[in-house]
Amino acid sequence: MSKFSKGKEKTVTAISTASLPDVIFMLLFFFMVTTVMREVDLRVQLAPPTADQVKKLEEKSLVSYIYIGKPLNTKVFGTVPRIQLNDAFAEPEEIRDFIASKREQIDEVDRNKMTVSLKIDRKTEMGVVTDVKQELRKASALKINYSTFEGDVIQALRDR
Amino acid sequence: MADIAFLLLIFFLVSTTMDTDMGIVRKLPPMPEEITQEEEVKVKERNIFVVLVNRDNQLLVEGELMDIKDLRKAAKVFIENPYDDPTLPTKEWIEVPIFGQVEVTKSHVISLQNDRGTSYEMYIAVQNELAAAYNELREELSMRKFRVKYSQLGDDEEAKKRIDAIDEVYPMKISEAEPKNIGGK
Repeated sequence: MSKFSKGKEKTVTAISTASLPDVIFMLLFFFMVTTVMREVDLRVQLAPPTADQVKKLEEKSLVSYIYIGKPLNTKVFGTVPRIQLNDAFAEPEEIRDFIASKREQIDEVDRNKMTVSLKIDRKTEMGVVTDVKQELRKASALKINYSTFEGDVIQALRDR
Repeated sequence: MADIAFLLLIFFLVSTTMDTDMGIVRKLPPMPEEITQEEEVKVKERNIFVVLVNRDNQLLVEGELMDIKDLRKAAKVFIENPYDDPTLPTKEWIEVPIFGQVEVTKSHVISLQNDRGTSYEMYIAVQNELAAAYNELREELSMRKFRVKYSQLGDDEEAKKRIDAIDEVYPMKISEAEPKNIGGK
């Protein structure tokens, strides 16, 4: 009648880990696809604002980045928003040299396509931003891109 | 096998960032050569759309307080001037490829002035809404004329000509002045 065998299994079956590499590979591919190699250590707090009239940055090699925000290490550097170029803090006057050196790295042909991406914390006041824009105008770096998240502007302002 | 995958995963986790790569594209005006050469272009009052933002992030549009959500609509009406309202910009006939003779607000200008204390977030919101006003007008024109959305016109030669024509009908004329320390208005 009964088809059960006499001896029951004395050990619980272990969970199979045969598919673990697959899960890890999936995660790996996800990160490979959605992220960008970090070139610069961010030293400022950076929460970009939101906008919906946005365009993607093309030609990463022709883009230079300027970061503006409150320093991450406020004990040492204070709470006043600072400008970060490459890996160090800088003053507006240094922007011209920064642009010149970046320009030299780009081919003659593409020089007028050089774009400057401004990554600015949303709570920064316009004083610093305007100084930076003036320096960029003096350095003839006229194509700029204000870096933002994509989303509904009015909603984001209300949620603040 | 899984070990190799773990290693690579840790490597990518540590050395990459999910950066935002989008943003509002702008072209800065070049520095004026000589201060004396700066022409004081006489612009009629009806042709200027004055937008002021103070350090409390309040919007003053054409002398009246306005909420940010109304800015887009107000700007569109200003740029388009559909009923040739005498308080809005003058409409002139210009020749545009593909469209022929079109009546547009050729001399209009949107003047934006910030305070040094205005928050960047508000500045971007205002830039966004003004750009959106132009883009919505362009979309509507594209739909009327080509039955295709402006953003979906494409990349080929024909599309470029259409885009240039539409841009000629509605050119983005946003002029920014030096921010002053006006204080709360």
